[in-house]
Amino acid sequence: MSMSLETMLQLSIILPLLATIGIVATGRNPNLRESVTITTSLVLLYFVINLYQGLLQGENISVTWWELLPGLQISFSVEPLGMLFALIASFLWLITTVYAIGYMRSHEEQNQTRFYTCFAIAISSVMGIAFADNLFTLFIFYEVLTLSTYPLVTHAGTENAKKGGRIYLGILLSTSILFFLLAIISTWFVAGTLDFKPGGIFDSNVNKTVAGAILVLFIFGIGKAAIMPFHRWLPAAMVAPTPVSALLHAVAVVKAGVFTVLKVCVFIFGIDLLAVLPSTQFLLYLAGASILLASLVAMRQDNLKARLAYSTVSQLGYITLGALLATSAGVMGSSMHIATHAFGKITLFFCAGAILVAAHKSKISEMRGLGRQMPITMAAFFIASLSIIGVPPTGGTWSKWFLLMGTIETEQLILMSVLIISSLLNIAYLLPIPFHAFFSGDKMSSSSAGIKEAPLPSLIALSITTIGCVILFIYPQPLYELAKAILAT
Amino acid sequence: MLTHLPILQVIVPLMAAPLCLFLTRARLVWLFALIVSGLAFLISSLLLQQVMTSGTIIYELGGWDAPWGIEYRIDQLNAFLLLIISAISTVVLFAADTSIRKEIPEDKHTLFYILYLLSLAAMLGIVATGDAFNVFVFLEISSLSAYALIALGKDRCALWASYQYLIMGTIGATFILIGIGLMYQMTGTLNMYDLSIRLPEVEQTRTVFTAFAFVIVGICLKLAMFPLHLWLPNAYAYAPSIVTAFFAATATKVAIYLLIRFTFTIFGLSFSFTHLPLQMLFVVLGLLGIFVASTAAIYQTNIKHLFAYSSIAQIGYMIVGFSVSTVTGLTATLLHLFNHALMKGALFLALAAVVYRIGSSQLSQFQGLGRQMPVTMAAIVIGGLSLIGVPLTVGFVSKWYLVLAVIENGWWPVAVLILLGSLLAVVYVWRIVEVAYFKPALSANETVKEAPLTFLIPIWTLVLANIYFGIDTRLSVQVAQAASQSLFGVSP
Repeated sequence: MSMSLETMLQLSIILPLLATIGIVATGRNPNLRESVTITTSLVLLYFVINLYQGLLQGENISVTWWELLPGLQISFSVEPLGMLFALIASFLWLITTVYAIGYMRSHEEQNQTRFYTCFAIAISSVMGIAFADNLFTLFIFYEVLTLSTYPLVTHAGTENAKKGGRIYLGILLSTSILFFLLAIISTWFVAGTLDFKPGGIFDSNVNKTVAGAILVLFIFGIGKAAIMPFHRWLPAAMVAPTPVSALLHAVAVVKAGVFTVLKVCVFIFGIDLLAVLPSTQFLLYLAGASILLASLVAMRQDNLKARLAYSTVSQLGYITLGALLATSAGVMGSSMHIATHAFGKITLFFCAGAILVAAHKSKISEMRGLGRQMPITMAAFFIASLSIIGVPPTGGTWSKWFLLMGTIETEQLILMSVLIISSLLNIAYLLPIPFHAFFSGDKMSSSSAGIKEAPLPSLIALSITTIGCVILFIYPQPLYELAKAILAT
Repeated sequence: MLTHLPILQVIVPLMAAPLCLFLTRARLVWLFALIVSGLAFLISSLLLQQVMTSGTIIYELGGWDAPWGIEYRIDQLNAFLLLIISAISTVVLFAADTSIRKEIPEDKHTLFYILYLLSLAAMLGIVATGDAFNVFVFLEISSLSAYALIALGKDRCALWASYQYLIMGTIGATFILIGIGLMYQMTGTLNMYDLSIRLPEVEQTRTVFTAFAFVIVGICLKLAMFPLHLWLPNAYAYAPSIVTAFFAATATKVAIYLLIRFTFTIFGLSFSFTHLPLQMLFVVLGLLGIFVASTAAIYQTNIKHLFAYSSIAQIGYMIVGFSVSTVTGLTATLLHLFNHALMKGALFLALAAVVYRIGSSQLSQFQGLGRQMPVTMAAIVIGGLSLIGVPLTVGFVSKWYLVLAVIENGWWPVAVLILLGSLLAVVYVWRIVEVAYFKPALSANETVKEAPLTFLIPIWTLVLANIYFGIDTRLSVQVAQAASQSLFGVSP
């Protein structure tokens, strides 16, 4: 197939959108419908990998669609950070689709056509965010992502889902309109452009107070990064079916948030300017507080998905913190953490869903002894937990290493200890779950009789992501090279 | 023929109105009115094209030279308005036949179309004319037809609403007349262009200040600016649905036009904004309008009331943009004029479709409509998103310009307040979404079906326009910018 890279770039955004037509048209035949999704995600992955190879060969891939307002274009380009995000999202979409087939059917969920349709739109907007060439384009897809995931969060249609959806949309839409949009318009007013440029777009003699205020607006406004106190939407979104929580709220949506934070820090402010802004230190402490507090809250959750959600809030804090450190180690750690956390957390969510489907359990206290019936799931849970904690043999080791280096380099000793304490907390709230599943709870045997592993597609999916966690440890070079290239461009 | 376009714009619907009496069947009258409105739309498109390429068109009625004769003066500003009004009128009329059959008794149908055309002609007249007294004449025609149209509403409250509007509207019109009279006394002319030249010579007199005050207050009554908005919610809620759709999208726009015309062209920028604390006053009232009306909208149980209050809030945005009094600010106001017409046109037409099916616009009756009328409800959701100002809809474009204008002026707190105001829109729009999509249908409404095509076509024309002009902003932004630049005397 001789298709230009530019075409592939555009198709990676348009294709999932087109797939919605196929999904709706084949809505009556589930097997056909899911094959549309699988085929689309395979083709999408093929495109993204091609783009990746193009990027490695040093090709300059960019496309401009049209000018929406004078001087403000919808345009896309491929650069290492976006590539990293696109690779993760498109690969995990494929895996999640496989998982969802097992989960949605055995859970007998209603309105599956709507589910797969909204999912495809969300992926399209994730691609738009990943490849956006300017802040304006990014913002448009950021909002589309919020709206297209609302029906997914409220999928169940119950009173609870409605409440969760209200918080989800309320926080994400309010922060984006009130702070993010204001930050963008202010940037446009001060810098005269919104293009992502290496080294940033602000003049070196820009008023530091104004730029510092704009930075605060950005960090508050990018609600998807779930910095406390704007994190409440994430636990609220857990009313969604598990595949949604897995892909969107461990990978696509939250990573779109921290990805945007990284983009803004590196390509709008530039790390040189970022390091001297008066508000950076305050925001670093805010991120640190978010890491610690969310970990503490996570310890108190008995609902597995809620615990994982707070754990995500905490881990997102790492990425924001790394970006704000404004050093190359910080930025590299953050971008690698996008990948390693994605694989770790999606595995954990897959496990949570598998347990729900197979054993109908959502409370951690009920999972004692479950390791005997569901050994694969629980083993996967264990390995993924290690990755979140950041110990070998899992990928999380590398990203946390760089983040720690970043804090030491900049002599942020308080933040360094925050990272260490939080890792200990991670151990405390994650590891007991597989531990109790395998080694205690004989008395539960009577009630847990007859429980088997989750459906095969789900099991395959969670095995693949678990292996991914390990591969990222053994073979981190591609990830490392991409992360290193971000600041080199 | 082309040289007579300015007068044809007004005279065609004006003459067509009485002709309706000769047509016997209601269907025929509808078709006739639709064609007339379509013609008006065609004329206005031609006019806009002419103005954009070759500048202001001056047309002297009956060949009498101004200032003795009446002069029509079409520049970018009013060409833009003419296009908005005639376009919305045509799209709305498309659904009129179906809609009024359920809301207005058979024998009044012809009357309805006559009033509708008169109202259309009068609005076009107000905008097209270059003569201050002529403005008043058309204003009266438009008001009188509006009172009658509102009174046609099925609910008996319509009479009371119409009466309220009559009282307030008459006070407004009288104020405007007094203002125009005083201006005439001081300058001896009624031609707007002439006034703009002669007024500065006498601008430091108390009479001119008084005239200004009367005119502005009169106009503000007409445009339902907070706190002079009390007539609007009931008028919109109890009028026949089609009338609401037409008025919500056009009537207040005409009043905004008058405000801009009188302050910028006739009295002049320096008089309006330096001698009087108009800027301060309008920013505060505009913002108050946004917050008070949006909050009121949140608490409404009738969706027509809800969107009526939302309209008052949207007028607040236009007033804020106006009060910035820079090219960008005025561009934002004009853009929002256009964009808001598209949003409210779509929303009120969709409401008309709902009323057609379930006979009520109470929020509680919307339960389960997301399943039963999916196409109509989708239109309401998209219209609502546009109202909130989500990217890729027109609402985003106007918000972008408004916030930019405010920031350019250094009014940071106002920028925050504007954005905060649009969050209130999220709340009232989502109340509808939650009821329509999360609650089961009422037992009385179980058999409700999707609205007929005569509704869906015009509704979705406007909804798609909301998206189209949110993506391709060339037409709206260019014209708004050109109009605002010419009002400031800046050459583009």
